[in-house]
Amino acid sequence: MYITQLSVFVENKTGRLSEILDELTAHNINIRALSMADTEKYGILRMIVDDTLKAEEVLKASGVIVKNTPVIAIDIDDTPGGLGAVIAKLSANDVAVEYLYAFLAKDAPHAKVVLKVNNTTKAEELLK
Amino acid sequence: MAQYYDKQIETMPREELVKLQSERLVWQVKRTYENVECFRKRMDEMGLKPEDIKGVEDLHRLPFSYKSDLRDYYPYGLFATPLSDIKRVHASSGTTGKRIVVGYTEKDLDMWGECVARIFTGAGIGKDDIVQVSFGYGLFTGGFGLHAGAEKVGALVIPMSSGNTALQIQTMIDFGATAICCTPSYALYIGEEVEKLGVKDQLKLKVGIFGAEPWSEEMRLQIEDKLGIKALDIYGLSEVLGPGVSYECPEQAGMHVCEDNFIAEIIDPDTGKVLPYGEKGELVFTSLTKEGFPVIRYRTRDICSLNVEPCKCGRTHLRMNKPQGRTDDMLIIRGVNVFPSQIEEVLLKVSGGNITPNYQIVVDRVNNNDTFDVNVEMSEAFFADEIKSIEKTEKLISEQLRSMLGIGAKVHLVNPNTITRSEGKAKRVIDKRKI
Ligand SMILES: [Zn+2]
Repeated sequence: MYITQLSVFVENKTGRLSEILDELTAHNINIRALSMADTEKYGILRMIVDDTLKAEEVLKASGVIVKNTPVIAIDIDDTPGGLGAVIAKLSANDVAVEYLYAFLAKDAPHAKVVLKVNNTTKAEELLK
Repeated sequence: MAQYYDKQIETMPREELVKLQSERLVWQVKRTYENVECFRKRMDEMGLKPEDIKGVEDLHRLPFSYKSDLRDYYPYGLFATPLSDIKRVHASSGTTGKRIVVGYTEKDLDMWGECVARIFTGAGIGKDDIVQVSFGYGLFTGGFGLHAGAEKVGALVIPMSSGNTALQIQTMIDFGATAICCTPSYALYIGEEVEKLGVKDQLKLKVGIFGAEPWSEEMRLQIEDKLGIKALDIYGLSEVLGPGVSYECPEQAGMHVCEDNFIAEIIDPDTGKVLPYGEKGELVFTSLTKEGFPVIRYRTRDICSLNVEPCKCGRTHLRMNKPQGRTDDMLIIRGVNVFPSQIEEVLLKVSGGNITPNYQIVVDRVNNNDTFDVNVEMSEAFFADEIKSIEKTEKLISEQLRSMLGIGAKVHLVNPNTITRSEGKAKRVIDKRKI
């Protein structure tokens, strides 16, 4: 399933991350998945939220640099090799995974995985 | 002991000197008018004819010239001789991406060497000496300028160029250098390394000639102490000549302007009015003898004052004190001229947009080395979902800055709206150096 992820620039300064999260909480935005990619100097906070448009607006208004990116969210069988099979299928069809992160959704029997690929349309097609 | 390189000129009574300047000024104005379009246009606009200039007393009537002229007439448009008579060019950074280019005829190069020779002779450096030139050689005027002066006095020259401190020190010891020429901050750095290595007693240095960046009296004392030398200041800018426009005699009480070749004026930078000797204002130079690239009333943007009192050394040429600031926002970092506008240009180019990202230049001096950091606020244009593309942007900015400025800067992408603003305007430069 194709969904929209928000990516936020975070300079690695104490408190910056919680400021961003507090801003979302204050506007009743629920974060469903979250991942942080970082270097010594800065990081990129990636989030799936329940109201993407509102979150983007709120963050921009508070002076945060935010970008939305199409990603794929899929259910993975809670069995060994479940994720491996998905990635193998994608790479066999020349779709490269740039990054991924997993999360457990409430009321769902499966683990969910967010995949950023170089060809979202094709990946969606393959994983139908 | 030979105290002067050219006694007749250096100790010429002022009356005679002014007469010489007047003759040369009349000649220079006439030929510059005939050969340089930029100057001719300005004269015409003011309704001035070369014949109206009869001597130094008429200097104040002439139009000013500016660094931007070098950009507007890039590369050869301000040369006053055919290109076939130009024997060398030098270049330095302009206020924007384009370098500024200056040219020298054979006679100009000779004159330059003679100006620099005066500081060497004054310092007691002659044919029995070994001079290590640790200024950069290349388009920068430092290396070649000092080299020429050292050759004029008949010294043995070691054309070291800058960098590799360990090798610099080893060479000084092995080759028996008696004089060193470089930027003062590099001299202090070398001095500290010498101290660490404990090799001061193996040095034969007597004199150091330093320039191309501002330095304090305190730095002078430190350098003199660490290297066991007398440290002298040399001043110049490539638009006017390069190092050697003025220089310190052993009295260390101001820099004698080579007045047979250059007229110095101090003006009020706002009104352009000439100020009397002793008053602080913008330094303006007119080159009297330079053939290839003459300047008439060139605005240096350096702030200082002139002292016409006789010097204990016997030289009659007036002295300028160390420049005490700038009328523009130029920074000198590791001896290189840096303008915030150059950084703006790079950022604009990299962001590919019409709006310059907010940025701040932070300069400091750590262990006698200038540090140079550029903080850039993250913007939509620079942001990407992946670390590697942000790193690529950072690297691209660094590379572009290096190719624009010739020196490296550390680039940091920072949170938006975190760069200090005062009255809505971002503070572009933070210079923490205590000079
Ligand atoms: Zn003197």
